Amino acid sequence: MSAGAGSGASMAPQPVPFSASPSLRLKVEQASYAYAATDRSAPKFTLGPVSFEAQQRELVAILGPNASGKSTLLKLLAGLLKPLSGRIEIDGTEVGDLDLRVRAQKIALVAQESELLFPLRVWEYVLQGRYPYGRRLRFESDEDCLLAGNALAQVGADGFRDRWMDQLSGGEKQRVILARALAQQPSLLLLDEPTQHLDIGGKVELLRRLRRLADENRYTVVVITHELNLAAEFSDRIVLLHKGKSLRVGKPTEVYQREILEEVFEAPLEVEIGYSGRPRVILSGSH
Amino acid sequence: MRPLTPKRILWICSGLGAVLFVAVVVSLRMGAYPIGVRDIVMTLFNGAMGRRDDIPSEFWLVVFGLRLPRIALGILVGASLSTAGAGFQALLRNPLADPYVLGVSSGAALGAIVSLIVAPHVVGAIQIAAFVGAAATIAAVYFLGRRGGHLDSPTLLLAGIVAASFLSAIIMFLLTMVTGSELRSIAFWLMGDLTAPPPTTNVIGWFGFLFFIFIVAAGAIYTTSSDLNLILTGEQEARHLGVNVNRVKLVVYVAASVLTGLAVSVSGAIGYVGLLVPHVMRMLFGTDYRLLIPTSAIGGAIAIVVADTLARTIVAPTQLPVGAMTALAGAPVFIYLMRRRIR
Repeated sequence: MSAGAGSGASMAPQPVPFSASPSLRLKVEQASYAYAATDRSAPKFTLGPVSFEAQQRELVAILGPNASGKSTLLKLLAGLLKPLSGRIEIDGTEVGDLDLRVRAQKIALVAQESELLFPLRVWEYVLQGRYPYGRRLRFESDEDCLLAGNALAQVGADGFRDRWMDQLSGGEKQRVILARALAQQPSLLLLDEPTQHLDIGGKVELLRRLRRLADENRYTVVVITHELNLAAEFSDRIVLLHKGKSLRVGKPTEVYQREILEEVFEAPLEVEIGYSGRPRVILSGSH
Repeated sequence: MRPLTPKRILWICSGLGAVLFVAVVVSLRMGAYPIGVRDIVMTLFNGAMGRRDDIPSEFWLVVFGLRLPRIALGILVGASLSTAGAGFQALLRNPLADPYVLGVSSGAALGAIVSLIVAPHVVGAIQIAAFVGAAATIAAVYFLGRRGGHLDSPTLLLAGIVAASFLSAIIMFLLTMVTGSELRSIAFWLMGDLTAPPPTTNVIGWFGFLFFIFIVAAGAIYTTSSDLNLILTGEQEARHLGVNVNRVKLVVYVAASVLTGLAVSVSGAIGYVGLLVPHVMRMLFGTDYRLLIPTSAIGGAIAIVVADTLARTIVAPTQLPVGAMTALAGAPVFIYLMRRRIR
């Protein structure tokens, strides 16, 4: 495996050995992708190969600087892109083989927020999450309403279900978008930089909520974030990407090593172990 | 949480249907030959029951021979344009999209004008030529508006605008070559007008044919209305939720273009209805396409019936083209909606 070798032996990726555990949910095996301007030109950006796996109730954080391939990896996991090589399986089935609706029943993606063309009420938006469970032209059942209501309650958005989407604050909107994903009743929940527009309190609350969702609802959560410390605190597994290569995969304590992080993020950093036993990253050299 | 139910759609559409019926009766009443409302209702009832003998012959002639065909055409055109407008607004994710934005009307107009110049006295030539022009434009814009093998909304919009302006340039060139009565009929046609008689003596068959096309095309758009609701929140998000976005876009593009081509072929390019009626219906009943498509269709029919009634009575005995009427009324409504920032 030449790609992903990083700049030295210590940088070699460390794929977790595959096991046939019954709770294994997501298995990414040597997945790669390449963007090119045209079909014939050389690729502008290549990702991978990336390998990791995730169980039920696990929270995986994808870390890396800008343009390291995080969003591309998430799109591969969501089935929106087809890997150039390798396999991505959810519950033993290759993601690319799933029918669109079946895929939407298994995988929910919370994208960076998009602009609504016409205003919608919060509950209307969340009910859209029930779309994969019906015929093409469908009307929502009582069960759909119940599940959408539960999803709103789970994210603490019950109080503003009748408000318009464009009247919500950034944090409230983020919760509603998450609620729509929960209404899909997925087994794999993917989030693309959900903490981006939140203040520190909102970030902690969101990660705590994701952790709880994973623990209580047996979701597997994969989240892209730039928040190194929050990722260390709340995730079970880290996938560290750098320039399209999978640099390290493992527990936070295994991945958070000073020389690796300094090279990846190009900043003087120090890693220490916090009270919780999880690593914590601080800026060094400034004092 | 009160999700939309088929029952609610039925209630609202019945209400709008009643408004349309009142508009039709009022429109039947207006004109040079006066008929009372009671007589109109009785004539319609007996006509619907097939009891022609019970109807005085002058009532039969005025209602079924003159006024009703024009109203039926208005209903068809209004419903087609508004349904197409609602479809294009979702397809292009642009609240300012109207049925003509992709150049279908310009293609139809070019076809019609060519037929007016080449074969001015051939019955039905103008409708056929207009439809051929519209179909050719639909196909050309489709191939220009693709990216990576699929319809891409911004590319489609650009292709449509360029096609429309190119075709308009050819129309302008042709207009310099015609004179007199031809020019007048072309001007009426470009503005949108319901006075053209059916191109066949089998009026019922002709309308049956037109309504069949309308039902198929509008029905095709309606089957995608749940998908369109999701596409309005973002194409990518709709894909995550399991919508086959490329298929939906293709269906809506073809069906909305056919509806536009149908309307323009029989009446010219009547403006504003396809743009404004969907917005008014959104203000009244919300943005859900499962409700918006049928309410827009009925609302469009009401708008044209009312506009045409005004167009033929307001400066009687002179008749204005209905397109002039919709433009006169449409522009202030548009400004009002814009001031309200189109909710």
